[in-house]
Amino acid sequence: MNTLDWMLWGVFPYVAVVVMVTAIVWRARYDRFGWTTHSSQFRESRLLRIGSPLFHYGMLFVILGHLVGLVIPASWTGAAGLSEHAYHLMAVVTGTLAGACAVAGLGILVYRRLTVPAVRRSTLGSDHLMYTLLIAAMLAGLTATVLVQIAGVGGEDYNYREGISVWFRSLFVLRPEVALMAAAPMAFKVHILLGFGLLLLAPFTRLMHVVALPVQYLFRPYVVYRSRRTPAGQPRRQLSGRNR
Amino acid sequence: MAPRKARTGRRVMAQVAMVMNLDKCIGCHTCSVTCKQVWSNREGTEYVWFNNVETRPGQGYPRTYEDQERWKGGWERTRQGRLRLRSGSRAGRLGKLFANPDLPGVEDYYEPWTYEYKQLLDAPAGDDMPTARPVSQLTGEPMDTITWGPNWDDDLGGASEHGDKDPVIAKLRRELGTKVRFEFEQSFMFYLPRICEHCLNPACVAACPSGAMYKREEDGIVLVGQDQCRGWRMCVSSCPYKKVYFNHATGKAEKCTFCYPRIEAGQPTVCSETCVGRMRYLGVMLYDPDKVLAAASVADDRDLYPAQLDVFLDPHDPDVVRDAEASGIAPDWIEAARNSPVRKLICEYQVALPLHPEYRTMPMVWYIPPLSPVVDALAGTGFDGEDAGNLFGAIESLRIPVEYLAELLTAGDTVAVDSVLRRLAAMRSYMRGVNLRDERDADIAGEVGLTAGQMEAMFRLLAIAKYEDRYVVPSAARADAQRLEDTYIGPGEGAPAGCEGAPGDTSDPVSDGRGAKVNLLNWDANGRPDGLFPPRTPGRVSGGAV
Repeated sequence: MNTLDWMLWGVFPYVAVVVMVTAIVWRARYDRFGWTTHSSQFRESRLLRIGSPLFHYGMLFVILGHLVGLVIPASWTGAAGLSEHAYHLMAVVTGTLAGACAVAGLGILVYRRLTVPAVRRSTLGSDHLMYTLLIAAMLAGLTATVLVQIAGVGGEDYNYREGISVWFRSLFVLRPEVALMAAAPMAFKVHILLGFGLLLLAPFTRLMHVVALPVQYLFRPYVVYRSRRTPAGQPRRQLSGRNR
Repeated sequence: MAPRKARTGRRVMAQVAMVMNLDKCIGCHTCSVTCKQVWSNREGTEYVWFNNVETRPGQGYPRTYEDQERWKGGWERTRQGRLRLRSGSRAGRLGKLFANPDLPGVEDYYEPWTYEYKQLLDAPAGDDMPTARPVSQLTGEPMDTITWGPNWDDDLGGASEHGDKDPVIAKLRRELGTKVRFEFEQSFMFYLPRICEHCLNPACVAACPSGAMYKREEDGIVLVGQDQCRGWRMCVSSCPYKKVYFNHATGKAEKCTFCYPRIEAGQPTVCSETCVGRMRYLGVMLYDPDKVLAAASVADDRDLYPAQLDVFLDPHDPDVVRDAEASGIAPDWIEAARNSPVRKLICEYQVALPLHPEYRTMPMVWYIPPLSPVVDALAGTGFDGEDAGNLFGAIESLRIPVEYLAELLTAGDTVAVDSVLRRLAAMRSYMRGVNLRDERDADIAGEVGLTAGQMEAMFRLLAIAKYEDRYVVPSAARADAQRLEDTYIGPGEGAPAGCEGAPGDTSDPVSDGRGAKVNLLNWDANGRPDGLFPPRTPGRVSGGAV
């Protein structure tokens, strides 16, 4: 365990999250106009209609899987009667499936972005960095799953739930168990570094739209009224309670 | 905001609405061009026309936008009698967030282009004439052949081959077996200028997942909050008129603003101001917002037009005036509603009709159907096109235009269109009598349920009305000023207190409800002006220690 390990697994995650949260708050307050999906569906729809849902739904399940794997301790699932082997099987199968969907979807989207002239021209400067990081992070993640978890290359019998997950949870109590990460297989290390890098950059790219997921739409009245004098961002809703 | 709850419980809201007299539209596109110059001549909005003029029959812009089987715009009535967006449930729409299946693509509008104008000036001297090739504004690539534009089928261009693609024509043929002819000299046409309808029950607002779109309480103008829009594009597909556009550069939705900065200043919209045919009318409509949902939910599509008429309130009715005042509507707005040319055309003469009421959005830009195709066809057969008897007969026998107009304006109810056309025909005959023979034939007016006085007032409004008669727009500033007057309690914070009161007056506190200001220069150290010292609290001696 050296200084580099400390920097990578004890300092960098905090830096990434602090920058991310600060930047999100900053953009949500001062750059509301720039906060959008930057959808290119208007320019091309045929490929997007296959690639985009595949990628987004794949990613939603991937993120859910990451949370379960990292946050829920092995002892809890064990106490619930789920054997380590059964859990492993379930995680690998659903994780690979969701990951494959996301990768396939991203493949279509990247292909579309490169080959459709109207879409290529609408690509933002920040997209290049974001797409590169995203592709790299996803490939590293899949490599870690396939090589280490399934084939057992580079870390026989490595159980991330006793290593990475414990380290991840230790971040939250501000006592990062750096040694656990230093001992993890290389594929995981790369994946995690790229992942935190992506978190750090997210608010500066179109990934900012993740924060805009409009769940509140399910609960508001259909027709929104607003007064000319209402400050922006505070829609008045009292008028439309009946119109549901 | 003043409290909007009226004592009687009825709320009144005001809407700035528009009526267009299609008989007077010459299809010059001046409205479209001036609107575009003002609002959508930026990168990302090259293809956007907040105002466009379509030739009907025709496919419209974007192409076949009226085909709701395909685009899923507007509302539909469920079997339980409730309204829901045609594009599905809320959760369903959220599920389609990542790819909107109903979104028109650039090919449904047209690929915007420019020309290499620079080439004309910069080409080196040579034997060949320099050319300016068309270049796509989306890809930057040269375009070999331009195959569609914002108004490709203007004046029935290509209608003999593509006329059947008009969704209204297709519906007439499918449901009524009517064959519309597109051969030269057998067809008919008129122009339909379109802007956002600023609906009372807007589907775009209802579909916006971010809550960025809203209807303004004061004037009913429907707007997109640019800071709240996140580019989910549901408004674009849910608007049955396809009058919300996606700015592909900023990634945000944009739409006709009803030129609200001009309206707030009491000026007409740009499209109205610049209309060469003077065919647009602007005015205030008062309505009962609590009746909108029920009116939009009536079972029969053909009842939607009368149901919407029923939502409007009569500003001459003292009860309505009282409720409007209690709802915070300024007196000059109520006065404007009384003088509203739009109200006269919609409610009094009943010659204006809503565009596609069957979308159930309760649109607020209404149209006076054109009589000209009928008059022209009649004159073409050698009859006197302005004789009342001939005209009345012709309106019924020329089924195609009436049925076509009914599909556009009354959800297929030909009786309502017929009644409007009869009034317009009667007005022509009546006024011809006045002008040629100086006779006022009250029978003609009576036959269509109007008085001779109404007939002439309607003629003046439709034919020779001046600027201030066509556009009755109360300014927002005056409404604000009136509201401020209600809360007036004297010079407020920041007013130079030295200007108030005579020298030696020691107590001229200027109360603004939060304390007071005292002009110390005027204080002679006697007395105890309000606000100079902290209030005396009973039971506590000022400055005293325990």
